[in-house]
Amino acid sequence: MKLGIKSLWLHRLRSTLTALGIIFGVSSVIAMLAIGEGASRTAMEQIARLGSLNIIVKTVQPPEDQQATGQQQSLQEYGLTYKDAERFRNSIPDAEVIVPIRRVAQQAWYRNRKVPIEVIGTVPWHLETSPIRLILGRFLTSADLDYKQDICVIDGGIVERLFALDDPIGQYVKIASDYYTVVGIVSSQPSTAASNQQEKQETDSSKAKAGANAGNIYIPLTTVKNRFGEMSMQISGSTGRKIEKVELQEIIVKVTNVDLVLPTRDILATLLERFHKKNDYQIIVPLELLQQAKRTQRIFSIVLGSIAAISLLVGGIGIMNIMLATVSERTREIGIRRALGARKKDIIFQFLSETLLLTFAGGALGIVLGCTIPFFVTHFGKMPTVITGTSLLLSFGISGAVGIIFGLYPAYRAANMDPIESLRHE
Amino acid sequence: MAQPPDKHPDFTADGAILVFDKLCKNYQLGAFELKVLQEIDLVIRKGDYLAVMGPSGSGKSTLLNIIGCLDRPTSGKYFLGGQDVSLLEDNDLSAIRGRHVGFVFQSFNLISQLNIIENIEIPMFYQGFSEHQSSARAQELAELVGLGDRTRHRPSELSGGQQQRVAIARALANDPLIVLADEPTGNLDSQSGKEILALLDNLCERGKTLIVITHDENIAHHAQRQIRLLDGRIEKEWYNR
Repeated sequence: MKLGIKSLWLHRLRSTLTALGIIFGVSSVIAMLAIGEGASRTAMEQIARLGSLNIIVKTVQPPEDQQATGQQQSLQEYGLTYKDAERFRNSIPDAEVIVPIRRVAQQAWYRNRKVPIEVIGTVPWHLETSPIRLILGRFLTSADLDYKQDICVIDGGIVERLFALDDPIGQYVKIASDYYTVVGIVSSQPSTAASNQQEKQETDSSKAKAGANAGNIYIPLTTVKNRFGEMSMQISGSTGRKIEKVELQEIIVKVTNVDLVLPTRDILATLLERFHKKNDYQIIVPLELLQQAKRTQRIFSIVLGSIAAISLLVGGIGIMNIMLATVSERTREIGIRRALGARKKDIIFQFLSETLLLTFAGGALGIVLGCTIPFFVTHFGKMPTVITGTSLLLSFGISGAVGIIFGLYPAYRAANMDPIESLRHE
Repeated sequence: MAQPPDKHPDFTADGAILVFDKLCKNYQLGAFELKVLQEIDLVIRKGDYLAVMGPSGSGKSTLLNIIGCLDRPTSGKYFLGGQDVSLLEDNDLSAIRGRHVGFVFQSFNLISQLNIIENIEIPMFYQGFSEHQSSARAQELAELVGLGDRTRHRPSELSGGQQQRVAIARALANDPLIVLADEPTGNLDSQSGKEILALLDNLCERGKTLIVITHDENIAHHAQRQIRLLDGRIEKEWYNR
């Protein structure tokens, strides 16, 4: 062992270059897995925010209607209805809550300030299906719903943009032509994968423009229905006006237990299929997305891992190459040792331990480097990375295995040299 | 001629350390069989100092390899220390080499990365001595060959004569049955050569069994006993004193 260190030290440059193969191999395994794991965790978190017990049914514009917009003027009626929500309530006993949501893009005024917002008409149990949390005051109540109160709950984004210094609770916010009393503040909707990208694009192109949505304002669904109605008008350039009638933008069904998610999805699909002639809805199951994302990430990890493994393999071949050169260079030494009583296995052990020393030193340095790379990736590339203990163990194990596999043959060759021949070797 | 040994030689009785019984070594060169050693009979007793002479091609090196257990005879028997080693496997041969044979080579064959002490320790390392034991003995041996003050030096920092003395110390490390020297003065100037020969004489006086292979008459005269090989046979054998 001591001799191994010595002879490696004697050929510092050669040893370093050889170990470099392993260093890069190991560090790329760790870095690749860390990046893969980081990406996967982010995706998982984003999906998990949608709620793994939720089934989200969304209104989408049916494709045949989009084609029909060529006409001068048309009234389009599509999407989810209050009846749908009612049907869901009646036919799905496992549903914990059902949240019908109506969204209207509007502008909110406070004093002389104006921000674009989204009005979310919803029900008091909205919070159960959403990651947002109440920060101050109260959320909507059943009484608000029943009496169609002109109250609202605003989120953090709006507090920032409208109420710079004032306490928002009890103040009036003007949306369209009506005033609403602020009764509570909730946290901002955490960005999901899709909205994140959208947001990024928006901030890139027009951060200062009024187009950017400041936040959400939650108002009782009944109030929204009363105040804003169901019609919305779009003036689309030369083709003329387009009027749409959409009752609900979204219905969220939350079930009591994970096993019920997929069966409930099937029931919903059947129900919707029966009552909707047009294909004007979309069912999103976060749980399914989660599973899908996991599968994708696994493939991603395997691909990254194999690339790294190949570089490790190349490193291993480099080591073997060097060890073979070392063996033939030290033929005479092997002969001397054999003459002085070294058995074949002593020679094997000597060369194998030298290789292992090289790979483990390389592996250790590789781990250090491999832990540094993700740090820089996170810091400069703004990409999350996660170094798992498994990847460290894995790469250390692999470097050991590489040492044994690629060290065994040169060691075996050294041991099997004829001592008489090798003593004569110059 | 040496007396041919019995079928079951009693080594302890007559002090025989090494016995060759009709030992032959052939090399197959294609279809042609080269008979390098032919029916060699030889007995070496404890304390013998034997010089093996002969022109090149006479089989000296092959004999050395077989005595040193680096090679196996084609036929015949070879007893070393009472054990028939002619049929042993590589693993056992290595053990025998390390335990019972001390090699001294013409070109010293020290390992250049190791210092003097570490070089002397090598045979003990393979016999499984503890580091403590072996370093103490290595120090002792270095002093015996007159290099006690240079133990931390590398072989490249020593003269040829000094290197050969290290090699002799290394050969003595496991207190072997025989010390086998192949042209020990071949790479040395005459002064160093004399010193080495004096050292070997000294070992003989201490009761070591020495076999020196050489083509130099002057060296051979140091030995009590000489054999001369020619074409794979012992052509001549005589005692000097």
